[in-house]
Amino acid sequence: MLVSVAAPEGEPMSRQSLSVNRRRFLQSTALGAAAAAGVLQAPSVLRAQGAAVKVGILHPVSGALSYSGQQGRIGATLAIEEINASGGIKALRGAKLEAVLGDAQSTPEGGNAEVEKMNGAGVAAIVGGYASGICLAASQTAARYDLPYIVDVGVVDSIVSRGLKNTFRFGPGFGVIAKTAIDNLVTINDQANKTAKTVMIVHEDSAFGAGLAKLLNTQLPERGFQVLETIPHPTPTRDFNNVVLKIKAQNPDLVIPANYYNEYVLLARTMQQQKVRPKGIYSVLGGAASSYKFVKEFPEAAQFIMDCNHWFDPKNAKALELKKKIEAKGEFYTYEVYMNYSCVLLLADALERAASADRDKIIAALESSTFTGHVMPYGPTKFVNGQNQGAAPVNTQVVGNDIQVIFPAAFASAKPVFPMPPA
Amino acid sequence: MLSPVILVPAVLNGLMTGAIYALIALGLTLIYGVLHIINFAHGALLTAAMFAAFFTFHWFGIDPYIAAIGLTPIFFCLGYVLQRFIIGPAAHGEDRNILLVTLGLAVVIENALLYGFRADTRTINLPYAFNVVEIGSAFLAVPRVIAFGVVIVVALALWLIMRWTDTGKAIRAVAQEKLGAELSGIDVAHIYAVTFGLGTACLAIAACLLIPTYYVNPSAGNAFVLIAFTIVVLGGMGSVTGALLGGLFVGVVESLSGLYLGESLGQIGIFVMFILVLLFRPNGLFGEHA
Repeated sequence: MLVSVAAPEGEPMSRQSLSVNRRRFLQSTALGAAAAAGVLQAPSVLRAQGAAVKVGILHPVSGALSYSGQQGRIGATLAIEEINASGGIKALRGAKLEAVLGDAQSTPEGGNAEVEKMNGAGVAAIVGGYASGICLAASQTAARYDLPYIVDVGVVDSIVSRGLKNTFRFGPGFGVIAKTAIDNLVTINDQANKTAKTVMIVHEDSAFGAGLAKLLNTQLPERGFQVLETIPHPTPTRDFNNVVLKIKAQNPDLVIPANYYNEYVLLARTMQQQKVRPKGIYSVLGGAASSYKFVKEFPEAAQFIMDCNHWFDPKNAKALELKKKIEAKGEFYTYEVYMNYSCVLLLADALERAASADRDKIIAALESSTFTGHVMPYGPTKFVNGQNQGAAPVNTQVVGNDIQVIFPAAFASAKPVFPMPPA
Repeated sequence: MLSPVILVPAVLNGLMTGAIYALIALGLTLIYGVLHIINFAHGALLTAAMFAAFFTFHWFGIDPYIAAIGLTPIFFCLGYVLQRFIIGPAAHGEDRNILLVTLGLAVVIENALLYGFRADTRTINLPYAFNVVEIGSAFLAVPRVIAFGVVIVVALALWLIMRWTDTGKAIRAVAQEKLGAELSGIDVAHIYAVTFGLGTACLAIAACLLIPTYYVNPSAGNAFVLIAFTIVVLGGMGSVTGALLGGLFVGVVESLSGLYLGESLGQIGIFVMFILVLLFRPNGLFGEHA
């Protein structure tokens, strides 16, 4: 009797305890979420160290741009690790930086969604974006929340010409890059007795490639080059046969590609495959032209390609130390890495001077920044309408198994090889 | 403005690409011809096959062309099982139900792939992917030439199966007159499943031919299925020869419109043609009856 009574009683009891558990679980998660959201609660508990400052690290780590995005994330997170290891933000009682990682999925919409999430998570600022399209969308969304946004790469000039107070770009924009690229191209061509006269431009058709092609189309004819044809293509493109056939038919002296990594590599390899060999391949922001990955994996296709692109300062000890560190991890030291690294350091410097994680104060500190602790070959840091006036690209060339800086003279490690010697 | 020096390679490239389109369309048209439904899961199954080819290379280092030997029967079985135990029973004999079931399958497969492998675009690097065969002034990439050859062989094999084997005869019988075939003792459910299996096996081969020069992500197959659908309509619904010729034709149209209109607009040619065919020859260029 006793046993048979105990059994039915046992069941409702266990059911009850289950339901209590579920409620408790819900309560505790709600509390957890509240605690996570309310960053400001923490200092009242932990007086000794400033509350961690959340920093949004936004990159396209999946989708068509995933390689570049992942490289960018490596640079940004490494900078955060280093800052934290050396005592955090001192003006905030050694507050650590806490990365809130976001994946823009290689689309502007993906970037927007991540900005919303990061804002919800209470970040003090966002670094990243990579592609111009993503940077444009994400910085605009961030502007709604007065959320400081540091563009890591995105080169379209409209990123900083929309009057958004929250948006800062440490690197150079199109205007400067195209001008430098064309100036240097003219110099290189003059040194080779003006051997190149005709040009074909191959560009990807989003904001970055199309904008650049437009700039080149107006500026190159003024400098004595004839643009035979401008060929747009989408990202991703997995077949460059038609493009290369067109190049073959027109036989230009110079081919100027402006696209992202995968397409750049494929274009160069297809040119090699179809035995198309112009006097020079001169890229402006070529996605792979100054990438150690490309040079290592396809040295023949990469040989003698020139590029006007972002590059680290080869005479900066910190830049070389970073290179060693990245290579020790088995990664390639690509521009996404050191640009993101520098942008996070720029933000940390602003946090030090603002002595606050308040968004307006960070924006004010960025506006007045004269930051020097970066690894780029830039002039003095000075932001005008969000654009760093000191930012500048350099010219590189693939020679042998290495990438050499060929311009400007102050940073150059080799002389340009132009025209390309025959295969 | 365009000289034969680039026109000839462009046409040849188009034929090579078209061959793969044709193979995908073959699977689609076979299923349509017998089951009288558009298989909406075709694209998702192609994507799944591409992932399978990608990972057999990525994990085991097996060359996609060798992997095809193993993947084809696996995908045949997969197709057979899908039709016999999921699509068939769920349809309850109604064609529009089949349509919805395949659509549902597509959604499930695509999202399972998205969940499993994320939206990343993956490619493989084969040492010979950039080797070329020289034909006159044209340099043709080795993987494309291989693909072209394989597709011709597969199409021929398929034709022979349909023409001379008992199964082939049964498939044709079911396609022509389902009730009559059933009355003469043909197991219709089995033939349906075999046909679906054959269609899916075509996808496995196509995936292995594609992966050396193409990329894979959870929606990679869709681009091909739109084109394959165009080919099926163009070639006449259910026609094997039509699918093959239609595929080659579409490949050339795409290549030439890519050359003239630019890469970004390359596929416009295909769909303009699609609309024109629907307007003026709704039975398709090679279609015999409505």
